[in-house]
Amino acid sequence: MTEEKKPKNTLVRNLFIVAVLMFGFGYALVPLYNVLCDITGLNGKTENGAAKEIAYDIDLTREVTVEFITSLNESTPMIFNTETKFLKVHPGEYHTVNFYAENKTDKAMIARAIPSISPGIAAEFFKKIQCFCFTEQKFMPHEGKTMPVKFVIEPKLPEKYKTVTLSYTFFDNTDRSVN
Amino acid sequence: MSAVVAEHDEHEHHDHGPMKGWLRWIITTNHKDIGTLYLVFSLAMFFVGGAMAMVIRAELFEPGMQFVEPQFFNSMTTMHALVMVFGAVMPAFVGLANWMIPLMIGAPDMALPRMNNMSFWLLVAGVLLLASTLFMEGGAPAGGWTLYPPLVLQTGKALPFAIFSVHLLGVSSIMGAINIIATIFNMRAPAMTLMKMPLFVWTWLITAFLLIAIMPVFAGAVTMLLTDRFFNTSFFDAAGGGDPVLYQHIFWFFGHPEVYVMILPTFGVASTIIPVFARKPLFGYSSMVYATASIAFLSFIVWAHHMFTVGMPIAGELYFMYATMLIAIPTGVKVFNWTATMWKGAMTFETPMLFSISFVVLFTLGGFTGLMMSIAPVDFQYHDTYFIVAHFHYTLVPASIFILMAAGYYWLPKWTGNMYNEKIGQLHFWLSVISVNILFFPQHFLGLAGMPRRIPDYAIQFADWNMISSIGGFIFGLSQLLFLYIVIDTIRGGTGEKVTDEVWEEASKHGLEWTLPSPPPYHTFTTPPVIVPSEHH
Repeated sequence: MTEEKKPKNTLVRNLFIVAVLMFGFGYALVPLYNVLCDITGLNGKTENGAAKEIAYDIDLTREVTVEFITSLNESTPMIFNTETKFLKVHPGEYHTVNFYAENKTDKAMIARAIPSISPGIAAEFFKKIQCFCFTEQKFMPHEGKTMPVKFVIEPKLPEKYKTVTLSYTFFDNTDRSVN
Repeated sequence: MSAVVAEHDEHEHHDHGPMKGWLRWIITTNHKDIGTLYLVFSLAMFFVGGAMAMVIRAELFEPGMQFVEPQFFNSMTTMHALVMVFGAVMPAFVGLANWMIPLMIGAPDMALPRMNNMSFWLLVAGVLLLASTLFMEGGAPAGGWTLYPPLVLQTGKALPFAIFSVHLLGVSSIMGAINIIATIFNMRAPAMTLMKMPLFVWTWLITAFLLIAIMPVFAGAVTMLLTDRFFNTSFFDAAGGGDPVLYQHIFWFFGHPEVYVMILPTFGVASTIIPVFARKPLFGYSSMVYATASIAFLSFIVWAHHMFTVGMPIAGELYFMYATMLIAIPTGVKVFNWTATMWKGAMTFETPMLFSISFVVLFTLGGFTGLMMSIAPVDFQYHDTYFIVAHFHYTLVPASIFILMAAGYYWLPKWTGNMYNEKIGQLHFWLSVISVNILFFPQHFLGLAGMPRRIPDYAIQFADWNMISSIGGFIFGLSQLLFLYIVIDTIRGGTGEKVTDEVWEEASKHGLEWTLPSPPPYHTFTTPPVIVPSEHH
């Protein structure tokens, strides 16, 4: 009887270990996904920090249309827009576009803008030198701010991308600010 | 299959029977009692989930808002799915596994009887916790059974309860699965080699491995939802650097194998019943085993076909498209094998066989629409429409549910020792098979015409087919009361005819359970049966 029992117990123990490992695997999918997205540019996430201002050889042979989209998450009480809907740029050229955001409430607000680039592959070639999205933005009651974004599209951007869309979404982070 | 030489000594030593009184059902560790508990519970949940479906079809009977609030309607679609998947179909198959696996492999009980009892009661706790969310402030979860963020994070007070309910159901399933694997690996009668096991046992063995691999991943995903909502993590929250699409990947890594958890045991029961009524051995036994294993393997590498529209790169779309199409091959092998089993067989058409034949036909239909949806470019049209609803209901209702009905009719005489009323059984079958098509077939048209899922109201051009679908739904729902009647009637004596050990002609050629008395004594195979190879394979 004891001899029969032994293999059963190791089997059951091993199966429980597999179940626990698979729970861990679910969590391991999070960094795996992020790494995969970094490599493939899957989800259009941009680098969260200022790029160095390098002088590129400007590619005058082609133009890329850069579109700007502004949106607010859920019911974030703000006004948020851009001075221009799109720009035609030569790869390698530096441009600055002004965005305007305003707190519509009577309370101070901490908001965070999250950028996203579409098509996702283009994110790698889109460099921001200056952006309000690098940090949280603090707004006094009814304060409005004009915020410049300085960017460049690297000349390495593959020829087939004629249009790149930069989208910003403002999230109200007042209750969950990291600062 | 193998025949048995009846050498067990049931009559020589008297085992103690079941305990007296209701406490028996609470503390039982007997596989037959726990199997019965699972089956009764799942039948009850089938009617609870069915009642929710009736609310949905009543609201959709005509365009405009009739009976319920949109929020409650969405709770109904969400809860209907969760109750049917986790409360009805999965527990029903666990119940069959508890009852039949020890009898089919000649084991005295499940390997871990106490854990077996705990699995069942955790299931009850999990489902009750889920049901309790219906009465909470903000209502039950209403974002769909997939619980996608950010929508699901807007659930009211119910969210943590729904998440803990998923945890309990997951623990229950994992323990059940471990028990089944331990039973199959360690408790088979001598000479019952793996490749002699009945296919129901094989399909459950593979299903159990799927469950152990996927339920913890789902538990992890909902735990991330929990911490995103209450502990300021940002797994899926873009404001904190997360990505909601990540949830979809994790969910469907669980979700796709999960649909095979519900269909593989279905295949197993169909492969058990069809040979008996065709009076032929199962055609292509080993190819059935390998096909089941292939489907299980493929189920892990096709998940993103549920999310073709999230903006995947073209290479991803193509990979998931081709990988998904591959599943049609082992599934086709199975369908051809069932057909070949019936070919030139001396077939009779008792209720279990009728349900099984309609399963083969209607499941194939559901499979074909699945193949249509696997084509990534056309899936953009089908995505989130009633075409999807029609597809997965064809693979679940006239497939899993019909086979569960077939299993009920097939084994009820063995379990109770009484014969069910064949006339009412056949009436139940014909009403079900006709109404299920009235119910779901028009939903293909609605979906192709662009009617979205999970909405309480719709554009006027969808009115006619919705009304027909609802009428089919009401007939189908009412017909199932016949099944309830038959189950109760059979337990209480049925036709009065005492059934033999075999019940069905020459059934003992097809499975060890038919060598036991009907009903089987409380303890069976306390000494392992001696199995001699029969003329079948």
